[in-house]
Parts: sequence; structure tokens; C-alpha cells
Amino acid sequence: MEAVLKWLSDSQQIIYIVILMIFVGIEVIGRVPSVLHTPLMSGANAIHGVVIIGAIIVMGKAESDNYVALILGFLAVILGTLNVVGGFVVTDRMLEMFKSKKK
Amino acid sequence: MEFSILTLCYLIGSVTFIIGLKMLSNPATARRGNLIAAVGMTIAIIGTIFLYRDEDSGEKLHNYLWIFGGLIIGGIIGTLAAKKVKMTAMPEMVSLFNGMGGACAALISIIEFGHYAHAGFKNSIQEAYEAGDQIDDAVLSLGVQTGVLITIFAGLIIGSVSFAGSMIAWGKLNGKIKDFAFKGQHIVNQVILVTILALSTYIIYRIKISVGSTDDAPEVPLNITGISLLFYGVLALSLLYGVLFVMPIGGADMPVVISLLNSFTGVAAACGGFLYDNKVMLTGGILVGAAGTLLTILMCKAMNRSLLNVLIGSFGGGNKPAGAGGSKEQGAYKEISLSDTAVIMSYAHKVMIVPGYGLAVAQAQHACHELEKLLESKGVDVKYAIHPVAGRMPGHMNVLLAEADVSYDKLQEMEQANEEFPTTDVVLILGANDVVNPAAKTDPSSPIYGMPILDVELAKNVIVNKRSMKPGYAGIENDLFFQPKTSMLFGDAKKVLQDLIAEIKNL
Repeated sequence: MEAVLKWLSDSQQIIYIVILMIFVGIEVIGRVPSVLHTPLMSGANAIHGVVIIGAIIVMGKAESDNYVALILGFLAVILGTLNVVGGFVVTDRMLEMFKSKKK
Repeated sequence: MEFSILTLCYLIGSVTFIIGLKMLSNPATARRGNLIAAVGMTIAIIGTIFLYRDEDSGEKLHNYLWIFGGLIIGGIIGTLAAKKVKMTAMPEMVSLFNGMGGACAALISIIEFGHYAHAGFKNSIQEAYEAGDQIDDAVLSLGVQTGVLITIFAGLIIGSVSFAGSMIAWGKLNGKIKDFAFKGQHIVNQVILVTILALSTYIIYRIKISVGSTDDAPEVPLNITGISLLFYGVLALSLLYGVLFVMPIGGADMPVVISLLNSFTGVAAACGGFLYDNKVMLTGGILVGAAGTLLTILMCKAMNRSLLNVLIGSFGGGNKPAGAGGSKEQGAYKEISLSDTAVIMSYAHKVMIVPGYGLAVAQAQHACHELEKLLESKGVDVKYAIHPVAGRMPGHMNVLLAEADVSYDKLQEMEQANEEFPTTDVVLILGANDVVNPAAKTDPSSPIYGMPILDVELAKNVIVNKRSMKPGYAGIENDLFFQPKTSMLFGDAKKVLQDLIAEIKNL
């Protein structure tokens, strides 16, 4: 119990962020038309590609002779980049089409 | 100084994600929103590469060659894949990219765990000692070590499930993987899930009692190899769970699953944020996790289904719907010739086109637009009735039609369209099955019962273009095809439309 309370007060900043972000996330896409579901999903998909930052950190911290970590980290960076770059480009392509016929 | 600039970069990143997501939910600003989020992401990434410093040692990142190599390779493949993919294959692509993100999160956890295992799991406690923390040992070992371990496991499990699930979803959407279910699969899934959680708890507990150097938690020698093996066991089980979780789900429920996996990956990314105390990962991940969950629920609502129903009901897949399909009397259907279709359509006042996946696979959206223009020139009022889940994903059909330059105001959403059907002369259904199946309203035993559909049978004539009488994606028969008002026009959507255009021109 004590440990739990300690953890709560230690990480209160993070807990506040999490709670606020949950509400922001829900609020932000509150009433989205079904037309936009696919591009929105794809755009959100690109945003969670932010996990790439973790991959970069893990890669950049690995010892230069720890080949297992280097190879796995390298793979993580590639996959994360795929998620980010591919996600944004695909979303843009979809949305481009919406725009072209809007006079 | 450098560190404050990095904080600023992350702040900009978080704000652009929120703004971007907000703008993405409005057609007028969506594209700009996507761009803004992309710029924010770039700032956060570049900032991390050049400004990141380890909190304890103050060291900068190294291995730049590897990092840039990965970024360049991933960037090139990602751009090419995204540019080349056909509009019809968009849902697959989204699922594939999502899987990559999940895999990335899982890999981070694997590396971090290896890192701690290598150091004998004593790192964080020793670091805290060196930093001169006054916290007593018990709390320390529980607070620091356990928190980090829990985050590592959460990232591993959620990331792997998301990765494996997305890969299966990808394979299913492009038709490489069939629905698969066996008796008691849900029980097996639950057993696996409980095992994963139990195993993870055990590992964390085991590490805690062997490392925590307090009186009440005596030091027990830790078998690092054994613990690592168990860790990989959790990884394997999570992958298996992801596969089994998506396997039985089919038909129109696929987009819901993709959306759900999307929010899973968001949460996995947020775990990374916890691990590195990195606010941009945390905000980005949670934002997508929350928005994705809401989006999933909205999609379920559009189909009048609950999420639980989707996950447990294995819509259309696996347990073959015997009641709706086999036993019922089918009666006869009637065929209609191209020339008859051409006549009916050109002399109609109002035509509604119902596009479905058949149109999408045939890449017939351009031909469809041509038919629409031709009929308009003859004074026919042509509109499109779009079911929320037409195609393979909500909004997918709109994207396809937009690609063919179909005017935005010609697209009617389901409610509008249903109001207009009674005054419509001809409904032309292009490869849509389940979204016009009256069983959704009339047959409680049908797996799609309760899903709102387009009430096409209210129109005077219904012409259905299909390649054969085979049931649609959800695997259920459609009574509509056997009703007296309905005529069947067999053939590939693109070819039929082209022939139809030629026929109308010859009239």
C-alpha cells in the first residue's frame, strides 16, 4: 500500500499527462464523419509511429560491441521509420484525393 | 541548454499531434493536419538524435551510422510502398504499417530487458544509490525496478499482439489468409492471456525478491538464463495470442479490429514513453490509444454492434452460419441483359449507385464515374449511396470514388440515401452484398442481424452486378437477390460498366 502511494506521488506528473491525453484524444475526434474514418485511422497510425524515438534512444545507447542489441535496434529503427513515413505518406495520398474534386 | 531545446522539441511534437489529429477529423483541414503532425514528428525525431542526453551519465547518443542507416532504409521503403500501393489496397497497407509500429515497440522491450539481464537487474537500484536517494530499500526495489519491468512487459505484450494481429489482418484483407476458428477457441485465447499475465507477474516478482536487498525480501540467487527464457516464452505466447485473436474475425468486422490494433500500438508506444520518461512518446501514444479506442467504438456503432460482440461473435467467419445460408428456400433469381439495363437506366429519372467491394477490386471507379456523367447528360439524376462500412473499411469507398473525381455532393450517406430510395427508379448495386442484405432487419438468426443497411428494395428496380451467385464477404446468402424486383447482371464490375456505357451510347 505504502509503495503504491509512493509510486503515485512519484509519478503524478506522468499520471496527469496520461489522464489528460485520454480526454484530449476522445475530445479531439469527437464527431468525425464516417467519410474520414479511414484517413483518420491512418493518420493516427502514423502518429503512434512516435515509438521510433524509443528505438533511436535504445540504438544510440547500445554499446558498440553489443551486436545483438545493435541488430535488434537497427531493425526497430527501420520498422519505426516505416510506420512513420509510410503512415504519413499513405494518409496524404488518401486526403489528396478528397481535395482534388473539391472545387 | 541543449536539454531544454529537446524539451521544447517534444513540446512542439505533442502539440502538433493534438492539432493534427483535430484537423484530421474535418474534411476541409485534414490534409494540412496530417502535414502538421508529420512536421512535429520530424522535429521530435531530429531533436532526439542530436540533443538527447542520458539522464544519469549525461552521455550523448552514439552509433549514428546505424541510426541513420535505419532511418534511410525505412524511409525509402516506406515512401515507395506508400506511393505505390493501390487505393483498393489501402486498408492492408494501414494494417501493415501498424504492425511495424507494434514490432518496433516489442523490439525496444526485448533490447531493454536484455540490457537489464546483462547487468544482473541491479542497474536501477545502484543508480539510485549513486544518485544519493534516501528512499528505503524495499520501496526502491519495488518502485524503480518493478515500474520499469512492468513497462517493459507491457510494451512487449501489447506490441507483439499488435504486430501479430496486424500481420494476420493484412493477410486476410488481401485474401492470403482465410478465416480460421476451432471449437473453444475463445477459451484457449483466454487461457493464453492468463498464462501471459501470470508468467510476467512471476518473472517480475522473481527478479524483485532476488534483487531487493532488504530483510523481508531475502536475496535469492537469480537464474538469469532461465528468466530470459521465460521472457521469450512471454514473447512467443503474445505473438500466438495476436494470431489467434484475429484469426476468427472476418467480414465487415475487419476494420474494427484494425482500428483496435491501432490503438494497441498507441498504448505500446506510450509504454516506451514511461520507460524513457519521454513526454512526446507518452502523449502521442496515449492520444492515439484513446482516439483509436473511440474510433473503434464509433465504427461498431455505425454497424450497430458492440465491441464485445465483434471480438466474441466472430462475425461471418469460422462458425459457418448454417441457419441463414443452407436451410432457407432460395427460389429463383432472374438475369437481366446489358441492353435492357441500358434502356432502364437511360429512361429513369433517378438512379442510385451502391458501390461495394466488387467495384473496388475491379478498379471500376473510373468507369462508374463515366457512366454517371453519361446518364447525367441524358437528364438522369445520379447519386451514390454509401454505406458506412462499404468496401473494406469505413470511408474506404469515399476515397475510391474521390480518386475517380466523383463530386462530393453526389455521395449520400446511409440515412439520406434511405430516405431517397422510395423515389428512386433504378438502384445499381456494384459488388456490394452484406450492406444491402435485408436479413440484417428480418432474420434474427443471421450473423449480421442488427446492422443498419441500405434499404434498396424500396426502389422500383434493383439491378445487382456480381461476378457469380456466391455469397459475399460475410459468407451469408442474400434474400434480396431472389426478390421479384431484383435482376442480376453478372460479370466483372469494370467490364460490365464499360459495356453498359457503350450500350447506352448506342441507344
